[in-house]
Amino acid sequence: MRAALLVLAALAAAPFLGFGEGYVLTLLARAMILAMAAVSLWLLVGGAGLISLGHAAMLGIGAYAVVVLDDARITEAAVVVPVAMMAAGLFALATGAVAIRTSGVHFIMITLAFGQMAFFTTASLAAYGGDDGYTLYGRTTVLGHRWLEDRLVFHYLCLGLLALSLLGGRVLLDSRFGRVLRAAAENPVRVQAVGFSPYPYRLLAYGIAGAVAGLAGVLLANAAEFVAPSYLAWQRSGDLLFMVILGGLGSLQGAVLGALAFVLLEEWLGHLTQHWRLIFGPLLVLSVLFLRGGLVGLLRRG
Amino acid sequence: MSLGLLLVQALNGLQFGVLLFLVAAGLTLVFGVMDFINLAHGVQYMLGAYLGASLAAMTGSFWLALLLALPAALALGLLLEWLVFRHLYDRDHLSQVLATFGVILFLNQAVRAIWGSAPLQMPVPALLEGGIALMPGLQYPIYRLAILAAGLLTAALLWLLVERTRVGALVRAGASNAAMVAALGVDIRRLFMLVFGFGAMLAGFAGVMAAPVLSVDPGMGDSVLILAFVVIVIGGIGSVRGAFLAALLVGLIETLGRSLLPDLLRLVMAASPARQAGAAIGSMLVYIAMALILAVRPRGLFPVRG
Amino acid sequence: MVTIGRRGTLGLAAGLAMPAVWARAQGAGASPGIKIGLVAVQTGPAASLGTHLRDGFLLGLKHLDGKLGGLPAEVVQIDDELRPEVAVTKVRAALERDKVDVVAGVVFSNILAAIIRPVTESGTLLISTNAGPSTFAGRGCNPNFFTTSYNNDQVHSVMGQAAQDAGHKRVFVLTPNYQAGRDAVAGFKSRFKGEVVDEVYVPLNQLDFSAELAKIAAAKPDALFTFMPGGLGVNLVRQYRQAGLGNIEFLSTFTVDEATLPAQGDAAVGFYAAATWAPNMDNPQNLRFVRDFEAAYNYVPASYAAQSYDAAMLLDSAVRRVGGKIADKDALRAAVRAADFRSVRGNFKFGANHYPVQDFWLCKVAKRADGKFQTETVRKVLENDTDPYAAECRMR
Repeated sequence: MRAALLVLAALAAAPFLGFGEGYVLTLLARAMILAMAAVSLWLLVGGAGLISLGHAAMLGIGAYAVVVLDDARITEAAVVVPVAMMAAGLFALATGAVAIRTSGVHFIMITLAFGQMAFFTTASLAAYGGDDGYTLYGRTTVLGHRWLEDRLVFHYLCLGLLALSLLGGRVLLDSRFGRVLRAAAENPVRVQAVGFSPYPYRLLAYGIAGAVAGLAGVLLANAAEFVAPSYLAWQRSGDLLFMVILGGLGSLQGAVLGALAFVLLEEWLGHLTQHWRLIFGPLLVLSVLFLRGGLVGLLRRG
Repeated sequence: MSLGLLLVQALNGLQFGVLLFLVAAGLTLVFGVMDFINLAHGVQYMLGAYLGASLAAMTGSFWLALLLALPAALALGLLLEWLVFRHLYDRDHLSQVLATFGVILFLNQAVRAIWGSAPLQMPVPALLEGGIALMPGLQYPIYRLAILAAGLLTAALLWLLVERTRVGALVRAGASNAAMVAALGVDIRRLFMLVFGFGAMLAGFAGVMAAPVLSVDPGMGDSVLILAFVVIVIGGIGSVRGAFLAALLVGLIETLGRSLLPDLLRLVMAASPARQAGAAIGSMLVYIAMALILAVRPRGLFPVRG
Repeated sequence: MVTIGRRGTLGLAAGLAMPAVWARAQGAGASPGIKIGLVAVQTGPAASLGTHLRDGFLLGLKHLDGKLGGLPAEVVQIDDELRPEVAVTKVRAALERDKVDVVAGVVFSNILAAIIRPVTESGTLLISTNAGPSTFAGRGCNPNFFTTSYNNDQVHSVMGQAAQDAGHKRVFVLTPNYQAGRDAVAGFKSRFKGEVVDEVYVPLNQLDFSAELAKIAAAKPDALFTFMPGGLGVNLVRQYRQAGLGNIEFLSTFTVDEATLPAQGDAAVGFYAAATWAPNMDNPQNLRFVRDFEAAYNYVPASYAAQSYDAAMLLDSAVRRVGGKIADKDALRAAVRAADFRSVRGNFKFGANHYPVQDFWLCKVAKRADGKFQTETVRKVLENDTDPYAAECRMR
């Protein structure tokens, strides 16, 4: 966990090391929020062996919960956060109940299908801007205070929640529940032979990961002060999956490293050249060919 | 809705399905035989369309363009195989997904750098211009019938190839047990290269055929890729027969669902919400169908692997 | 659980440090010039629209010798990638790191909706050169927001008026199933009083229109009204012609224009579009614009380019009016509002909501002598039209 701790420490110190300008904080906030979503996805991919290509839907549902409540003039975090997490979690449980019956590539595709359904549903919500998206004219309030408007506060909130999700994930994976989950991913037959059915464990993990992603969605909506169906597009699910793989499946902190590397690399290359994908694409290929085990693997060897 | 219109819509659905089959066939072969997820299949389809369109502009002939685009697509496919894909065969699915996604990013951008981002056009060959009046006022373009014919022909050829030849037997065997084929002394790398090149050529062929009907632009591969994946998953991965039936099924669901749903919903609700709800559900229909099929048959309609 | 090597930490730290380094490099030397953040999508199928927009603006600058109102101008190009939250991040970076004085451009209204708050709340002027949703025309109007294009609804309603004037009785309506599509239908119906035979909505990612074409043929309307931007329009126009429906009049908005015509070609000839500008408009500014644009970029400009060219001229006039003192935001805003420049469209002034008051035309696709395609004006449908939402705007 040391690499992740160092990164978190660096993020905590960032505002005092000359990274305090607004746009850098905006960028870092986006990176941390996506890292949080990546951590929740890692629980599925690395922990439970469930490769989901529909995780952006959970993120988007969390963001849309903010929108729906904002439209009803409810901005209080004490309401928004539980509602968003429950909405995303319930969506995960409902779709997971069907999806977890399949495995391998079929699981990838069925989660994609559910993600697409959520995407088309939000795109048809005319009351919330439909495809054009919905502009939030104010961030979520905490006990009536508009603390989140302050970028520094928001920065530390994202950081705190990221650390919390990392810690929670760690505790979950080390618990008896997590051990069954991982054993089922490695050898489902043996787990069943011992008398465990992996199904309820996987479903619960899927629901928890959905709820955490929903929380990240609340933050994402607040960071951009804007929500659009494109948050739920399958390409976003792909991005999240790539962050997880790029970071490496060897350890949960890979999700954080992968997400930060992905967002910052994208930003940096984007400034170098308009055709940055000509560089980014081959970099991805090379990282797969030569960086076995992702960034975490690199650190282990280094 | 009249019976005539319904029949025309069914024909439209079949035609779209056949186009999807052309894309999905190569994908399911590569997936089935090599257990390799090639997300870059969509951009190979796009490359076919771009090669076709620019060769047609250069030579002034659709047929010459088609003839030249196929070996070009094959060559590009083999180049990609040599550069990237062959190093990924023994890796897990996740690595394959990530690496082939990198290839997508690169090729999409490369196409824009070479051809610009404005869509290209490819004219319909003179021989296949015009249409047949299937119902009053509507010409059914002959070119679309040609796509239908080409797709059916490809399906038949593939069936013969897979079911009736030695290579086909190896491919089938490879799909169910690659280790066994290798143990029989077959050069599995050569077989993989062959299958991959063939898949790339099929994708290129689909691209050239689609170019006169659809907009040739960077990103055209992405929209078709997802549908092609839906097709091969519904059909059962690795099964050409499954891909064919699933492609027709998806084509029919897409087309008929879109045209019938608004009218059906109008029976139970007001016209304006019915139209919008119909359109919204219409675009989800394929995914709903896939979820339902996988819920009942988790390995697709025609699973290959035991 | 993991031992970390020096290499890894350093790499990551370097990654984090990157943005800050640029920040200093760029922020240090505040020049006496003017910086424009130009938001133009350069990613995905919509990139060609962004290219038109960008090239139009750059040609304007070239005609002005790289200066706006006498101040040397620098353009910071921003690719919004058609992803709203990416656009927000990049625009904030342009405002805070690059210290742009004005943000211009924006093809799509969802991107505009995403960036309008960060830009205008920082006191910076935002000049949209294409996106003109009604959201910001009425109650949501904004003193720091201008557009050199139009209110989308207006264009659709112009086509409704044109259909009405042409005496069409039965019209079939076909649009994508999203907000702009529904607005198009509403706009068209606001002036068309005949019968709408059927309204069909298609998904935004639709490839094949054969099902809809069969429906149109079965309905036998006098005309089709459609709004199919970008690749959708390319597919529809070609398939419409191939299905032999060319004898049913094709009335469209944002479906046949110079951005899509290279791909639509002969199939689009004779199809109608509603617009505020066409390359054949006969005034000295426009003749110079079109001639030099084609010479410089080797393609026919579309309205995205014309409106951006106008935006460059507008900014030039405004900066000149305030004598180069662009730090005085109130004066600059008033100077932009005066719109003291010659538009390639002829008539141009801003209404109370900072949307243009201008003429609207019915245009038709034609093949030129050099084999290229362009839209050409047929007749003026509305003169000096103010957009219907302007009355609701109470600019503070």
